[in-house]
Amino acid sequence: MVAVAAPPSPPHHQPQQRQPGVLRYRKSLIVAGIVVAWLVLWLVLRNVWTLSLGAADLTPLHRWINSVNDAVGASRNSNPVFLYFFNEIRLVIDEFVTFIQALIAQPSFDRPVPVIGWLGVVAIAGFVSLAVAGWRIALLAVAGFVFLGLQGLWQESMDTLSLTLAAVVISLLFGIPLGIWAGLSDRANRVLTPVLDFMQTMPTFVYLAPLTLFFLIGPASATIATLIYAAPPAIRITAHAIRSVPRNTVEASESLGATRNQTLVKVLLPSARKTIVLGVNQTIMAALSMVTIAALIDAPGLGKTVVKALQTLDVGTAFNAGLAIVVLAIVLDRVTTAAASERRKLPRWALFGGLGVTGVCVYLSYTYLWAAEFQSDVEIGSSINKGATAVTEWAQDSLPVLTNGFKDFVTFALINPLQALLAESPWFLVALVIVAVSFLIAGVRCAIVSAVCVALLIATGLWQDSMITLASTLVATVLVMVLGIVVGVWMGRSRRADRVIRPVLDAAQVMPAFVYLVPFLALFSASRFTAIIAAVVFAAPVAIKIIADGVRAVSPATVEASTALGSSSWQTIVKVQLPMARGALTLAANQGLIYVLSMVVVGGLVGAGALGYDVVAGFSQGQLYGKGLAAGLAIVVLGVMLDRLTQAAAKRWTN
Amino acid sequence: MARHSVLGTVSAGLVALVVLAGCGGAKVGDTSSGATGDCGTFNLAINPWVGYEANAAVLAYVAEKELKCKVTKKELKEEVAWQGFGTGEVDAVVENWGHDDLRKKYIDEQKTAVSAGSTGVKGQIGWYVPPWLAKEHPDILDWNNLNKYADKFKTSESGDKGQLLDGDPSFVTNDEALVKNLNLNYKVVYGGSETALIQAFRQAEKDKKWVIGYFYSPQWLLNEIKLEKVKLPAYTPGCDADAEKIACDYPDYDLDKLVSKKFADANGPAFQLVKNFKWTNEDQNTVAKYIAEDKMKPEDAAKKWVDANGDKVKAWLPKA
Repeated sequence: MVAVAAPPSPPHHQPQQRQPGVLRYRKSLIVAGIVVAWLVLWLVLRNVWTLSLGAADLTPLHRWINSVNDAVGASRNSNPVFLYFFNEIRLVIDEFVTFIQALIAQPSFDRPVPVIGWLGVVAIAGFVSLAVAGWRIALLAVAGFVFLGLQGLWQESMDTLSLTLAAVVISLLFGIPLGIWAGLSDRANRVLTPVLDFMQTMPTFVYLAPLTLFFLIGPASATIATLIYAAPPAIRITAHAIRSVPRNTVEASESLGATRNQTLVKVLLPSARKTIVLGVNQTIMAALSMVTIAALIDAPGLGKTVVKALQTLDVGTAFNAGLAIVVLAIVLDRVTTAAASERRKLPRWALFGGLGVTGVCVYLSYTYLWAAEFQSDVEIGSSINKGATAVTEWAQDSLPVLTNGFKDFVTFALINPLQALLAESPWFLVALVIVAVSFLIAGVRCAIVSAVCVALLIATGLWQDSMITLASTLVATVLVMVLGIVVGVWMGRSRRADRVIRPVLDAAQVMPAFVYLVPFLALFSASRFTAIIAAVVFAAPVAIKIIADGVRAVSPATVEASTALGSSSWQTIVKVQLPMARGALTLAANQGLIYVLSMVVVGGLVGAGALGYDVVAGFSQGQLYGKGLAAGLAIVVLGVMLDRLTQAAAKRWTN
Repeated sequence: MARHSVLGTVSAGLVALVVLAGCGGAKVGDTSSGATGDCGTFNLAINPWVGYEANAAVLAYVAEKELKCKVTKKELKEEVAWQGFGTGEVDAVVENWGHDDLRKKYIDEQKTAVSAGSTGVKGQIGWYVPPWLAKEHPDILDWNNLNKYADKFKTSESGDKGQLLDGDPSFVTNDEALVKNLNLNYKVVYGGSETALIQAFRQAEKDKKWVIGYFYSPQWLLNEIKLEKVKLPAYTPGCDADAEKIACDYPDYDLDKLVSKKFADANGPAFQLVKNFKWTNEDQNTVAKYIAEDKMKPEDAAKKWVDANGDKVKAWLPKA
């Protein structure tokens, strides 16, 4: 699904003439030379000019941000911008969310129960799935929603669903028009792209507290926090969809005398519809991945259950609630994915019949208590809870001997040397290497971007922390790619493997990280390695899915030809499938990197230190707020730099 | 074509939703279930640790049952909760660990918060080791001997020094300065969360591993594992004045309560209750144990304690 997020755009012009083999060889030689020179200089200049900053130390920039934050807080009650602008936004969103909650989640309108009880919600979910996605998905949706009730989490799930729906609806309301605009205008696209990068990589912890200052504590802040992270995929994918409509279709329409508006409505939007639906899908997934974080500012629902359970390290309860988020995600994902693909139309009688049944169920759930409140004798939540607890305890008791050895190996063989090189070299040496390598593998423009990014990192006052985080990020991305290639190729070659593994990948993407971090902490202690593993769990699924789709897209004829020529499976993979899927490989590396970076803050919670810890501490302690914000900015800058570098390198490689 | 009509219905429904949300929403927010006396709504912040939850559970239970308040619990981190005093969304924070920076900002500068006195609970911050270690090497409880054992505390994160595991970023730590000024051969490693600390101590006690780390009491884990505190040079008033030169233990904290200025000025029954609320470390540990170990719901835990301690509760109630 993510595969459509940002495939490198097909080249519009022929690559300039060159002799790729010779050039590439010479470049690798120069890069190797740079690395050797770096190593030598590192030996001489170790641990000087590293721009390190103690955990409690601040720079003038950090203090300045603190004072701005204080000033905003102090003027809140007198400033007209607050009184008339933010307050209005807050009111509208609050009312919207509260209304959805009143419909399906919370006691409302002087009734002890919501307007539509569980039976009605299940019926509506089933009917909508039936209408847009067919019988099988409808069954899945009904089963999924009933499962939420059986887990004993009906109300919490509905609260989460309400908030997610509100955030998604508002995201789309703004996202799709913006996406269309960015799709039609190159200038709009150039302006929007960095803004979207910013929204997606800026850690939520940084803006969570200020949001409650602007929009108060309540549904509005939670919704806005969610949509800041969830809206970008909708915008990006819509823009991408509009751009990938074949030029000649558009030209044909224009030559027939259609106006711009007509072309948009009659040609562009219909051809882009399917891809846009996938954008909706990504927005829903992103919104669900914010459930736990939003709970830190009192967002109702499953996130609260998770956060509360983890205060006492109650993994069982947290896992049960996390599983409910996964179930919601899988149902919503399958419905939207199916809605985007071709299938037979349902007969009219089925639709009207479904509508009738749904109406009856909604009425029943409005009128009768049994259909309103989920009460079940077969409660499975506590069994899930016990099972998860038992598994966790077993793992914590019996595995650490093995896992600690593995951790030490990776730490000493990979993390420590890389970190020493990046963080203990003088800053100008690292800066020079970054800019030179950018120039060699991606050209002048990219070198300029890298130089600006390096300057910004120094300006944040967190250079050394940035380098430590960069080292861990690179190690995590390598692990993500190894997993991505191994599992992705397997899934790409076997439909059955795909069917079994895909739900596991979905689960890994939306299961709140802290649920599995508790056992991870027992297995690997609080360490950089634990943080890396957490990032891999979150980022690998994306890379795996992209590579699997890429491998599958290699034309079967080519693969058959290779097999017919007597290639072994291994040869087919290495010589045919992987090289032909290299567009997918580079996209996977790029997305893997960005997803790893979005876990930096979670890493800070389990021993990664550096930027992740700076952000977490800034969220928790007033005097560190400015430093936390600066660390958030540093993460964004790292993200932009690595993203541009990998994209530019990929473009050269795939051309 | 059938699908188009469905899409049409759905979008029409959405429009209707938005319109309805605009007109009929106000009523939804106002619906309250129980009868409220003159107490009104009491917005109680719930900070994310069990000790706090114990204070809040008991206060909420008494406010609801005895004073007939409508208690709205808001689960928030400390920073956000204090900020809520100013925006009028939080009435009370009922366990506060120092936080001099927040005091300065919200009590002295913005004047949106006021102190509501001690909770009676004493808080301690310091360096702790698991019980097995304190038993086998009793001299480790004196900081002077820490360098002797530094090698034992080495981990993948601390290089050639011993690891001092710091954790929860919510608490102020002077540990980097302490290590430097006491010439200890240790490196501060930031675990980053309470969870990381608790897991480290649990494993250390179970597998007899060497762990020394930053921790605090009262904390529910201490009911399960009796961590032992390492003696640092004694705290004297003013010894922590210069953050870079700190070479003394953390002060004892008198955990206190804070309320919004508005809430205090209105002087309603809920404010009286918060102001009068005072109990002991044992009381809090009892309720915290009900919640953390016996997995009781906070309401049930509060009821159990209140039923057994009627006289204490009576003293908190406003004098009619």
